[in-house]
Amino acid sequence: MAMLSLTSEQVTPYHRWPAGPKLLAVCIVTAVMFSAGSIILSGIACLLLFGLYAVPGRAFLREGVRGFRVLWPFLALIALWHGITGTPLAGVGVALQLLAAVGFANLVTMTSRLDDLADAVTRAASPLRRLGVRPHRFGLALALVVRFTPVLGARGAQLAEAWRARAPRRVGWQVLAPLALAAIDDADHVAEALRARGGIDASKE
Amino acid sequence: MERSFVSIALFAALIAALGLLPKVTLAAGVPITAQSLGVMLCGTVLGARRGALAALLFVALVALGLPLLAGGRGGLGLFVSPTAGFIIGFPIAAFVAGWFTERLRSFPVFWAASLGAAFGGILALYLFGVAGMALTLDKSFGEAAILAAPFLPGDAIKAVLAGSITATLARARPDSVLSRV
Repeated sequence: MAMLSLTSEQVTPYHRWPAGPKLLAVCIVTAVMFSAGSIILSGIACLLLFGLYAVPGRAFLREGVRGFRVLWPFLALIALWHGITGTPLAGVGVALQLLAAVGFANLVTMTSRLDDLADAVTRAASPLRRLGVRPHRFGLALALVVRFTPVLGARGAQLAEAWRARAPRRVGWQVLAPLALAAIDDADHVAEALRARGGIDASKE
Repeated sequence: MERSFVSIALFAALIAALGLLPKVTLAAGVPITAQSLGVMLCGTVLGARRGALAALLFVALVALGLPLLAGGRGGLGLFVSPTAGFIIGFPIAAFVAGWFTERLRSFPVFWAASLGAAFGGILALYLFGVAGMALTLDKSFGEAAILAAPFLPGDAIKAVLAGSITATLARARPDSVLSRV
């Protein structure tokens, strides 16, 4: 599981903080920042954030910076847009706000174990029980997705390889239908296996 | 019961697996990432409710920090980034795609699913996606729409592909295309 999650390997004090309050704090900070839209507030948030990333050490900071890679194209876009329209100050405000929002959210992802986050969400969703939602099923669904993503990925790679063995052209969309078919057939088999073991709710604690 | 539950989980896995695939090329040589095609398929194959749940499950796992989005991306940061709307809109896109595929019973599967995929995977998804870009980049809805427009042709092709794949599945496994059962 560790290979397949974005939790940082670096040990930080933040890892010990409970996931639920961390999530709540990020939601509040982000909501306040976006509704205020103040360049000073966003600037302070960015400084605070830099401190939070720097405290656990250089390796953690480097990992944190890598987490911003989804933003680079958009920061370039903001620079271009506000450069052309002659509103550089507004551009800086938008950029700081984005950096702070993404930075705080990434920090929670990096310092919370998947299980703890899943627990926090399950607990938060438990009042929905009365509406017929069964949160404990989420755990089984999660396990199925984690198990079958690499299986279907490998099937896709196999289909692509078979295509390349037959055709000189690059792999075409035609491999997608058999891949979807594999998902449908696997679902049938797994459903049968689950039924044979007493159904979805048999394994609940 | 079990079948419906497992189908939802495996189609969430299918969306993720489509993000792992190397880009496939169309006849004209245009490469496409297949992940949003997976979202369309959730709706057109599983139907509105199950399709939306499959996409919701996928989005929830990405939010929890599984790197399931194309390029190994995941985590909460994506949900406040400019592309947030396109991710948050996945369940609604699947729902709309499934709703049309279910309702257009008198249409052949290909046409019902293609139209559904277009309404869900393009119209509904872009509504959310563009709103998200407008909000995070502090632009008007119209300005954000211009920024998203270059991706339209690719997504239009994906809608047709979703229709064609759904029709293939309906021929191969008529009982498993739950949107038309």
